[in-house]
Amino acid sequence: MKAAVLVFPGSNCDRDLAVALERAGADVTMVWHKESDLPEGVDFVGVPGGFSYGDYLRCGAIAANSPICQAVVKHAEAGGFVFGVCNGFQILTETGLLPGALRRNAGLKYICRTVGLKVETSETAFTSGYAQGDEIQIPIAHHDGNYFADDDTLARLKGEGRVAFTYTDTPNGSVADIAGVLSANKRVLGMMPHPERAADAGHGGTDGSAMFSALMEHVVSA
Amino acid sequence: MKARVYVMLKNGVLDPQGEAVKHALGSLGFEGVEGVRQGKVIELDLAEGSTEATVTEMCEKLLANTVIESYRVEIL
Repeated sequence: MKAAVLVFPGSNCDRDLAVALERAGADVTMVWHKESDLPEGVDFVGVPGGFSYGDYLRCGAIAANSPICQAVVKHAEAGGFVFGVCNGFQILTETGLLPGALRRNAGLKYICRTVGLKVETSETAFTSGYAQGDEIQIPIAHHDGNYFADDDTLARLKGEGRVAFTYTDTPNGSVADIAGVLSANKRVLGMMPHPERAADAGHGGTDGSAMFSALMEHVVSA
Repeated sequence: MKARVYVMLKNGVLDPQGEAVKHALGSLGFEGVEGVRQGKVIELDLAEGSTEATVTEMCEKLLANTVIESYRVEIL
């Protein structure tokens, strides 16, 4: 799998994501936000966590309009895989690749701790390493992770199996406990929790590793 | 030409910051504060000949996230 990990001014999980992908066997290239094209032959784009552009205006809003994001939108529209974590999820909602938006946490505090997630679907390239209903432990670290989508959108997401993960005990006020959502073709996933921070025994947990190994399996054979 | 853009969370979208301000006002002894909504004001300094339509396009593309926010443009 040939992967690109985007780097914005203020990204701080780009290297973690690259390491998790490399460990799983991916060939990873870091791509600066000013590039207007992805490297030739990229199958998978990782949009990392952090504070792109200092979270100015709204989290992810400026990044979503950067040159590289135009290329990511084209990649996704052509059926390519895209994975946004934390600020990456915020960026993907701002581009319109994923529905909904992330608001300030209901408790107004930045929350940094490990939370329980329930796997809502295993029928995606991202989650096939789990069984539906599995509970996994993955860290979160965000101030604006309070997912919002209107009732029609929520009904559509649920009906189409596009809710990837829910929180077992919602820390941030997200509607329907949603922690991660998928695009209609299930090749774009955005999630607030950080699986790349639970991919090595040294992290204190390895529940996130299965996502990266599943991606290797599916994206290579795609 | 100057324009001012007001961006607010849409009605029905919970505004946790507004709620916190409301509680703080209550604890300062201000009675009768039934609701607080917090938003943003963005002032634009534009070249002569710019139009309100352009500012509206700016709102749609960047200044507001229309999934959760509404906006109002004021030309000064």
